[in-house]
Order: sequence, then C-alpha cells, then structure tokens
Amino acid sequence: MNDAFDIRGESHIEVHKFRAGAIIIATLLALVIQSSFPIHFAKAAVLDLPLLVTIYFGLSRRNPSTGLLLGMFIGLLQDSLSGPRVPLGLYGIAKTIIGYLASSIGARLDTEHPAARFALTFAFFITHQGLIVITRRILLAQPEPWFNMHLIVAALVNALVAVFLFLLLDRLRKN
Amino acid sequence: MVAIPSRHKSLVLLAGVIVLQVLMLAVQIKRDSEGRLIRVWTVGAVSPFERAGSSGFGWVRNTWRHYFALQNTTRENEEIRRENDALKLQLSQLQGKAAEADRLAALLSFRQSHAEVPMIAARVIGVSMGTASRTIQLDRGERDGIRKDMGVITPDGVVGKVVETYPNEAQVLLLTDKDSGVGAMLADSRIQSPVGGQGEPLLVMKYVPNDDTVNLGERVITNGMDRIFPRDLPVGTVAEIKSGNPFKQIRIKPAANLERLEEVLVLQSMRPLETKTEESPADAKPSTPRVATPPPAVRR
Repeated sequence: MNDAFDIRGESHIEVHKFRAGAIIIATLLALVIQSSFPIHFAKAAVLDLPLLVTIYFGLSRRNPSTGLLLGMFIGLLQDSLSGPRVPLGLYGIAKTIIGYLASSIGARLDTEHPAARFALTFAFFITHQGLIVITRRILLAQPEPWFNMHLIVAALVNALVAVFLFLLLDRLRKN
Repeated sequence: MVAIPSRHKSLVLLAGVIVLQVLMLAVQIKRDSEGRLIRVWTVGAVSPFERAGSSGFGWVRNTWRHYFALQNTTRENEEIRRENDALKLQLSQLQGKAAEADRLAALLSFRQSHAEVPMIAARVIGVSMGTASRTIQLDRGERDGIRKDMGVITPDGVVGKVVETYPNEAQVLLLTDKDSGVGAMLADSRIQSPVGGQGEPLLVMKYVPNDDTVNLGERVITNGMDRIFPRDLPVGTVAEIKSGNPFKQIRIKPAANLERLEEVLVLQSMRPLETKTEESPADAKPSTPRVATPPPAVRR
C-alpha cells in the first residue's frame, strides 16, 4: 500500500508515500482511540477519527481506487465495532464515498494548506453525515433528522482537530 | 468484451463497492442477520487494543486531573516543587486508585447486599463509534456467563441490556439509544409506561395520558414487565413535562450516569432485588399499578 502510483494527467501534483505499515497503524489507532477515549472524556465522542484518517490518506495518496477501498475498510471496521444495531455497510458506504471524493479532490487541488484542510474536512464531515442520513432514511427506513446545530458544531470541531492531526500524520510521510 | 477506459476504472470500482455494500445491507435486513462472523473477528482483533487504550487513557486522565491541573499552585521553590510534583504524581495515582476502589466498593457493597441475585461485575472497555447507536463494550463475555438480553445496571440505576455477546466481550445497548426501552412506572402514582431513549442524554416516557398527574422530580422505577429488569430498580427522575396529543411528553433524567460508565453489573437473573425505598410501609401506595395503555402498534 506504500508504493507511489501514477495520477493520470495530474503529474504536477505530488503523490505522498508513507512509511511501511503507517496506514494500518494509523487506522487501528484511530479506531482504538475512538472507542476508548470517550469513556474518560465524554465530550470526545463528537470526534470521528476514522473519518479524519480516511480523509487524510485520501487527500495524500490521491488515488481514487485506494482511497475508496481504504474508506470501505475503515467504515466496515467501524460498523463491526458499533454493535448489532448498526448494520454492516452504514459507515462502510459513507466512508467509501468520502475516500473516493477525498482522493479525487486531492489529485486535482493542492490540499497541503491548513485552511484548505480545514474547509475540506468541514465539507467532508457534513457530506459523511448526509450520506449516513440518506442510507438510514432510504435503505433502512429509519427516521433521522437531516440537519441540526450539533452537526455544524461537530463539523467545526472535527475540522479544527484535522488541521493538527494532519500535521502529525504528515510526519509519517517518507519524502 | 468492452474495455473500460482507465480513467473510469475507479468510478466502476466505486459503483461496484457501493452496490456490494447495499446488497449486504439488504441481506441483513431481509434475513435479520447481523454479519455476526465479521463482527466476532473484528471485535476479537480490536478488543485487546481497546482494553489497553481504555487503561492508558484512564491513567492519562487521572494524571491530567490531579497533576497538571494542580501544577500552577506549586511555584514557590524549585526544590520543593520538584519534590512536591513527585508527591503529587504519586498522589494522583493513589487518588485514581482510590476513586476506582470507591467505585468498586460501591459495586461490591451493592453486590453483597443482593447476594441472592446472580450478577457479574464488568469493566467498560469501549463505547460505540459515531452517533448511529449508543452502546458500550464490556470486558466480560460468554465465557463469564453473560448472555444476550441480560440487564445491565449500576448501583445508581438501570444502564441497558446486553445485545451481543462474544467469547470475552459483550456489547450493551444503553437506555439512551433510540431502539432501547425498559418497562417502567412512576414511583408515587404507580402509572406504568415504557421508558425509551431518543439518542440524547434524556430519556422519554411514552404513554402517560394528559389527564394523569405527574410531578417534576418524581422517581421512575422499573416495573419488571419487560422480563429483563426486576421491579423497583431506579430508572431516573422526571425532568420535563409537556402536554401532548394524546399523551404527555415526559423526559426523564437517567439515574445512572450513562455518559461516564466505567464499571457495571450484569444481572444474570430476573429475581427481584430488595431495593431501599424512601417511603415508609404505611405511606406505600397500593402495589397494583395503574397501567397507561400504549396505542396500537402501527405497521410501517
């Protein structure tokens, strides 16, 4: 998973390679922290670290195929760990699409600036929640509100955390 | 065979992966299957890290609360401060252990006062990821005798019920989850009505007619009719009452602190618990409760 690949027609955009096992370890850490942290710091439940990891590696690797597969993998793990009331595929579908979008955008724009990362994470968080609501309403026939203020606050918090988290994850790059 | 242009390959892959997951969702709904094998593997693989993470964060929290937060108070002398800091660090660890010991002592005392009721103490090692459900993960499972649909409580009150078990772990659906519910009644007026979650910190009491009198602060207890929890366990207190059509909208503050659970008890039987009540026997209300009838079920 750590080889560079060719971005067709977008060769001016740098594709980042990561240290061996960095993606797997970062994913596992995100899942463990997401699961354990809110036990002691209840407010931390607002964070969606698996989503931030999906966005980061999508934006950095800039390959839609690996981006969507990584998103699917993380989403399905999150579904599996969320208990039987969450069907397998709920987060899987949402994160697959986010992984695809992040890597497609990453291949077209320079997404290294903190402001760009903040704005993109904010937009991806809202899109992710929107996809979950669509899946729940249309595929699972479960009533779910489209919008509330909590969503905006959560998106802002996640976008802010993403700016610092992405700087930390940049250190895992090879180049 | 038609060749797919290389620039469309990822789009085709995206469509394929999504269709696959939609089919997986459809299979789960149609067959009421929960993808148990995948979940067992994932939980088995991740739970050791969750245990380590939970302990690690607990240590960090205790250190933060009792050490760093107090650091500003000790600036008088470098020498004394260093010594002081070392003592504080030691103290913080002891305080953390003392707080844990207090919680465990409360659990033990509760457990001993109901020695006739089989129950298992368990530690919370994980919480649900995301807002789609409100669950916690326990460090005890099938090997410890935990089974699906067992009730989970703390000495403060009802927590939820076991919805999935694995060899060494169990998942508990919290009362605050939208799909959660418990048979309950108001302690004073003895009006019965199920109490359920809404995905928010407060619970809702569903079927109390407008002409029944309910007071703010009134205790809500289990009625034992759900065959999960014994009678008279605290569920919460009435926090908000509004008129509705045709039933009152009553919101309940849970008795147990569901936002911060670290240790819980899993009930292995429906045997009634002898709970301490504040009212004297003379003041006790008739034991036959009034039942608020729920409306007929509506099929979607």
